[in-house]
Amino acid sequence: MQPALLDRWSRQASILHRRDPRAKIAAALVFLVVVATAQPALLPVSAGLFLFLCAGLVVARLPLGGALLRAGIVLPFTLTFAAICWMAGDPWRGVSLILKSYLSALAVLLMVSTTPLPGLLRGFERIGAPRFLLMVSQFLYRYLFVITEQAQHMSKAAACRGGMRFRAAAGALAVLFARSYSQAEDIHRAMLSRGFEGRFHGPEDTRFRAADALFAAAACCAPLLLRLVIERVAA
Amino acid sequence: MKAVLEVRNLHFRYADGTPALNGIDFTLAEGETVALLGANGSGKTTFLMHLNGLLTGEGSIQVCGMAMEKPNLRAIRAKIGMVFQDSESQLFMPTVLDDVMFGPLNQGRSAAEAAKRGRAALETVGMAHAAGRAPYHLSAGEKKRVAIAGILAMDPEILVLDEPTTFLDPPGQRALADLLVRLPQAKILVTHDARFAQALSHRAVFFQSGKIVAEGSVEELARRFAWDLEMEGAR
Amino acid sequence: MHIPDGFLSTPVWATLDAAALPSVVVIARRAQRGFDESRIPLLGVMGAFVFAAQMINFPVGVGTTGHLVGGALLAYLLGPGAASVVMTSILIIQALVFQDGGLLALGANVTNMAIFGVLAGYLPYYLWGGGRWRRVSIFAGGVLSVLTSAALALSELLISGVKMPATVLGISSLLFLVSAILEGAITLAVVQALEGIRPGFVRKPKASPALGVAAILLATVGVLLASTAPDGIWKLAMTTGIAGHARSLFSTPFSGYELSFLQTPWLRKASAGLAGLALIYGACLLIGRAAARNRSV
Repeated sequence: MQPALLDRWSRQASILHRRDPRAKIAAALVFLVVVATAQPALLPVSAGLFLFLCAGLVVARLPLGGALLRAGIVLPFTLTFAAICWMAGDPWRGVSLILKSYLSALAVLLMVSTTPLPGLLRGFERIGAPRFLLMVSQFLYRYLFVITEQAQHMSKAAACRGGMRFRAAAGALAVLFARSYSQAEDIHRAMLSRGFEGRFHGPEDTRFRAADALFAAAACCAPLLLRLVIERVAA
Repeated sequence: MKAVLEVRNLHFRYADGTPALNGIDFTLAEGETVALLGANGSGKTTFLMHLNGLLTGEGSIQVCGMAMEKPNLRAIRAKIGMVFQDSESQLFMPTVLDDVMFGPLNQGRSAAEAAKRGRAALETVGMAHAAGRAPYHLSAGEKKRVAIAGILAMDPEILVLDEPTTFLDPPGQRALADLLVRLPQAKILVTHDARFAQALSHRAVFFQSGKIVAEGSVEELARRFAWDLEMEGAR
Repeated sequence: MHIPDGFLSTPVWATLDAAALPSVVVIARRAQRGFDESRIPLLGVMGAFVFAAQMINFPVGVGTTGHLVGGALLAYLLGPGAASVVMTSILIIQALVFQDGGLLALGANVTNMAIFGVLAGYLPYYLWGGGRWRRVSIFAGGVLSVLTSAALALSELLISGVKMPATVLGISSLLFLVSAILEGAITLAVVQALEGIRPGFVRKPKASPALGVAAILLATVGVLLASTAPDGIWKLAMTTGIAGHARSLFSTPFSGYELSFLQTPWLRKASAGLAGLALIYGACLLIGRAAARNRSV
C-alpha cells in the first residue's frame, strides 16, 4: 500500500529526516508560495525549483525515481484541466497548471517522506494549528488502515457472491459504521482504563536547535533567491 | 495472604433491564493467578468492566484496600491494569513508545520519566526494538505484548487479561504464557483456552448466568463443565 | 473534487485560507468546549470510516459504480459541527499523505467540502428532517452537499482565471448533478440501513436559529459569488450553476430575491473576486461560530 511506503520513507535516517518538523513545514510553505506566485519566466523558474527539490530528495536519500513518480498522482486531474484550458484557447495556463501542481505535490511529498506523520502533525500544532483538529487527524491516520481493511474484506466477500446490489452495499456501509463506532467505544474504554482524564499529554517536545534554524533559513531563502535570479536573467 | 481485590455481592443490570451479574463474590490474593471460565455471555467481561469502574453495579468492590468510589478511581486505575481482547483498540497512539507512555503521562509523570518507564516495560516484554514503530504494523503477538507493556509501565498490582490468546498462533501463545509466568503481579485471566488457563493459574472460577457457580482447579472445573482440555468428546 | 495547489490564483487561495482555517478553529474550539478530549478518538475513527466507505462500491447502471462522499451522512450522525471537524481532518490527511488536494488550497477545499458541503447537507434535514418529509430531506441533503461543494469549487477555479468552454462546463455540471443524486440515494439508503441496526445512531434534527442564519448566509454567498465575478462566473451561473444555486435557493426563503439580486448592475461590475471572497470570509467565520454554538460536539 502506498501510505505504508511513505511511512517507511519517513522513518529513514538522513540530515533532512533529523530536522525539526517545524523547520520543514516552514520551508515547504515558503516553497509552495514561491511556486504559486511565480508568473514571469515560468519555465526556467520551474526547472530551477525542480532541481532544488531533486537535490532535497537526494540529500534525504530517498529513491529519486520513486518519489518523482509518486508526485505524479496529481497529473491525471491536472492534465484534464490542462486539456480544458487548451480547448478554451489558453494553452499557456494549461502548462502553468501542470508545472505548478506537480512542483507543489513534490514539495509536500518531500516534507511528508522525511517526517513521520505524528511528528509532522505535532509540528503543525506547535506553530499554532488547532490541537483538537490535529489529534483527530492523528487518530484518523491510526485507524485508517484498520477500518479500510474491514471495508476491503466486505467488498471482497461481496465480490465472491457476485457483487453487491445497491441495498446490500448500503447495508454493508451501515455495518461498517456500527463496527467503527464500537471500535471507538473500545478505544475510549481502553483510554479510561489507563487513567485518561480528559486531556492527551504530548510526548517530550523536541528542541529547535541551531541546525534547525540554519536549515529553515537556508531552505526558505533558497527557492526565493533561485526564482529572483532566474527571473532577472530571463528578463 | 493479603487480598488485593475483594468483591462482595455484586449485582448489575444493563440499561434495558437485562440482568448481567447476580451476586458475585470474588477474592484475589497477592501474586495469585485466577482463571475465569464460562460460556460467552455468562458475565465475565461485564464483571471485568466493574473492576476499574467502567461499569458500576451494586455491591462492594475493594482494590488494594480502596473502595470503588469516584475519588479513588484514579488510584484504582493505576493499581489494576486491563489488557483488552482487541489490541487494535488498546494501542491507539501513533507509535509503540507513545502508547506505553500514555499511562504514566496520565499519572502525572514527566515526559522523561514516562519514556524511561515505557522503555523499561518494553524491555520486560521483549519489545524494546519496536519502540519507534507504528502499532498497526506489528504481529498479533507483538501487539499483545506491547499492550501488556502499556499496563506494566503504570506499575500495577493486578493484571486483568481478557481473552489474551485470541488471534495468537501457537508460538505466540507460548511466548505469552512464558511472559505472564515471569510477571509477579496478581492476575485475572479470562479465557476459553483451558490449557492456557491450566498452565498459568493457581485456581479457577466458573461463571454461569452472571454468577460464580463453582470454584476449584482448572482441571476439575473443565471436567465438571465439559470444558474439555483435549476435545476428546468431539471424536 | 479536491483542488490541487497551483490551480487557484493567489488572492483566491490566500483569502480562503484566511477564511476557512480560523472558521475551523472556531468550530473545533466550540466543539471542544465544555467537553474534554475524549471525543477525539470517535471523530478520528469516523474519519477513517468515511475514507474506508469509499471502497464499498454502489452499482449504478451498467458496469459503473459510485461511492459515498459522506458530508451529509456525517452531519446526520454526529451533528454539523463535529462533521465539519471530521471532514477537515480527512482533507488534511488526504493533502499530506495522499497528495490529494493541495496544502495552500486546503482552505478552499475545507470551505467547499467541510464547511459549506456539510452545512448544505444538514440544512434540509434540519428544516424538514423531523416530519413527514424526512426521507426526502435526507436525500436532498446528500444532493445539496455535493452540488454545493462542486459549485463552489468550479466558481473558485473560474475566479482564478481557469477558462472553461461552455460545453465543458455543461458536461461537468451534468456529471456533478449525477454524482450529487447518487450521493443523495446512498445517504438515504445508509441512513435507513443504520436505523434498522440501531435506531439511536441517527440524530434527531435539533432546532436552532443559528442554522437558519447559516442557511441564509449560504444562499447569499452562493448568489453573490455568482453575481460579483466577471463573465466566467456569469456564464457559469447562467449555463450550469443554476442547477446548484437554484437548489440551494429552493430550500430557503430567498427564491423571490434571486433575479433582482443577479440583475443589480453595480454588483456585477464590482471588482470581481475580492468582494465575494471577503463575504466568504465573514460568512465562514459567522457560520463557524453559529454551527459550533448550535451543536457542541
